[in-house]
Amino acid sequence: MAGYLLRRVSQMILTLFLILTVTFVLVQAQPGDYASFYALNPDLPPDVREQMRATFGLDRPVWEQYLIHMRNTVTGNFGVSFGHFPRPVLDVLAERLPRTIVLFVSATAVSFYVGFLLGKAIAWRRGGILEYAATISGTALFTAFTPAFALMMIWIFAFRLGWLPVGKFLDPLVWRDADVSSTSVFSLMLLTAAAFLAFASLVSFASRRSQRIGGRRSAVPLLLAGALVLALAWYLSGIGNLALDILRHMILPVATLTLISFAGTMLLTRNSMLETVREDFVMAARAKGLPDAQVRDRHAARNALLPVVTSLIYSLVFAIDGSVIVESVFSWPGIGLTLLEAVRTEDLPLVMGAIVFIGFLSLLAHLVVDVLYACLDPRIRYR
Amino acid sequence: MRWSRSKGSLLPDASAGPPRVEPGGGRLRLLHARTRLVLRSFRNGAAVFLESRIGLLALVIIVLFAVMALSHPVLMGTVWDADIYDPVTGYAFDATEQPAPPSWKHPLGTDPLGRDVLSQLLFSTGSEFVLGITAALVTVAIATTVGAVSAYYGGLVDAFFMRLADLIIALPSISLLIVLSGLFDLSLFYLALVIGVLGGFGGTAIVLKSQALSIKVRPFIDAARMTGGGQFRIIFVHIVPNLLPLSLLYMMFTVTSAIFAEAVLSFLGLLDIRMSWGIMIHTANTGGYLLSGTRYWWLVLPAGASITFLCSAFYLAGRALDEVVNPRLSRRDG
Repeated sequence: MAGYLLRRVSQMILTLFLILTVTFVLVQAQPGDYASFYALNPDLPPDVREQMRATFGLDRPVWEQYLIHMRNTVTGNFGVSFGHFPRPVLDVLAERLPRTIVLFVSATAVSFYVGFLLGKAIAWRRGGILEYAATISGTALFTAFTPAFALMMIWIFAFRLGWLPVGKFLDPLVWRDADVSSTSVFSLMLLTAAAFLAFASLVSFASRRSQRIGGRRSAVPLLLAGALVLALAWYLSGIGNLALDILRHMILPVATLTLISFAGTMLLTRNSMLETVREDFVMAARAKGLPDAQVRDRHAARNALLPVVTSLIYSLVFAIDGSVIVESVFSWPGIGLTLLEAVRTEDLPLVMGAIVFIGFLSLLAHLVVDVLYACLDPRIRYR
Repeated sequence: MRWSRSKGSLLPDASAGPPRVEPGGGRLRLLHARTRLVLRSFRNGAAVFLESRIGLLALVIIVLFAVMALSHPVLMGTVWDADIYDPVTGYAFDATEQPAPPSWKHPLGTDPLGRDVLSQLLFSTGSEFVLGITAALVTVAIATTVGAVSAYYGGLVDAFFMRLADLIIALPSISLLIVLSGLFDLSLFYLALVIGVLGGFGGTAIVLKSQALSIKVRPFIDAARMTGGGQFRIIFVHIVPNLLPLSLLYMMFTVTSAIFAEAVLSFLGLLDIRMSWGIMIHTANTGGYLLSGTRYWWLVLPAGASITFLCSAFYLAGRALDEVVNPRLSRRDG
């Protein structure tokens, strides 16, 4: 296990190195010089300019600048953003990274779950009306032009029906009198979610291990109780309405990302299920007289899951790219929107920082899925 | 026995007779036999392809778009006045307000800058095809070469290209393209080149390599080697032609992703091109017409639907082609 992890991590570092090199070459090759950009920018005070020159080694040869760039990246020194002037790039990115991660992880999880459930169902009863409806609508959503589709969602749910906010991260009217920053509220929300997830996995693990007949059934009330306690804690904390406001702004982007990407998982699960249901062990389970739903969920679907998890690797990158698009349409101030704004305003330090963070995020997601896959499939012994 | 060497797995045509020693005749006969083989497999493949209704539908949509693309220069040459109908510089003098709703003279109305939407739509169709097909050709050229070479040599070459492919799959391509198009004036051709290179060294190379591995162990490769075929000849005359059906499939998927990427980048206003479906939506969006819902439908719907339809048509054509070229899927009973 340790050797496997080590190999994957070293591969990841190599990829990150590649991304860094590519961005450095791009910035060097672009028309307009990095150095003169600093030197000619009248908004920069002379002392800041001098400091920049020292940080990036702008008066040195290119290969030396490359080494300095590498060292700066490793130490997290991306310089100061032009667009958010006095703030360092790392500060801007650290504020926005959690927002992107939350958007992307929740959308991926929801779409994977929905796709898996639907795929399972339509493979089990072939030729039904559900199969046609799900396949056609899924493919249509999968191939829909993402920005146009996102705008349509905004128009329907935010503009026409008025149920959800149009975009952005929070509603200034709600936050005007608040004496806490949105970042700290958001971090608290993240902590809550992590605590709940840990609790839920603990409960499910315990219930699976329990030998008692009713062991599995007692898990659900326990989970509900846990959720209730956390909700109560938020309600009593006095900043519950602020958290609720952020949540309300999250619904539409997550729903859009889910609708776009669930079809991939669904169609794959369907194909994989169709292969699995012809296996002997499914027939054996049926011959034993097990209930239909149990054969489907416990015997067929478990084994059909593996190729779907493999495809998750590919869909993760798609989801990260998709969240860049969705962020820009919904004005969700995450890494993707930051990258786009930085590119538009030629805020080069921020561009470099954002692309490194996005690359790191997608590599990390890869690593997690790889390890997950190795855990799920006993045939893979961490080669 | 020159003529039986290249397609060792297929039986030589009995009517072709024994090979002669005449210098020109054998070559001609070889060409003839090859053409017949190709035609026969094409007919069989086409029958399977058209049998699936999805493939037929996709083909109809693609042909429809091709006709649209071809009709633009014809219309500009005959009935459309360049001052009014030019997709970039035209202005509809006859309309009292811009964007004008659909009328007899402007079947899809005009955009906020007074340009005819139908003309823009038809003009863009052509460039989408050029973009998609260029990207697909670049991808396939790179991926078949990389796949065949790394399957044939194995070892270090194989390891290098496969790790490279792993790396490229992990790259967030849209984000990279955003940076690239933001920093450079990316024209349509260079965009196609970048997408093609990313696709060619990425996932497609892995798939084609695994196919090439299964071809490499077939008897006709050994036969070719025994009769003294060089490495270059074995790779490019014997392995690559057998990879082409599968690579055709990946051309389809590349076209889809290229059109999608172009549309996203144009929508974000980052590309240096004159007119495209993405730019049409960009124009409508920056003018604030998108949130007016259905009132200005002609600004968004034609371009958005075109992107969706053409992308899904190529994707579905790829799926139907999968049934033809993928032996694992053909004639599956479910």
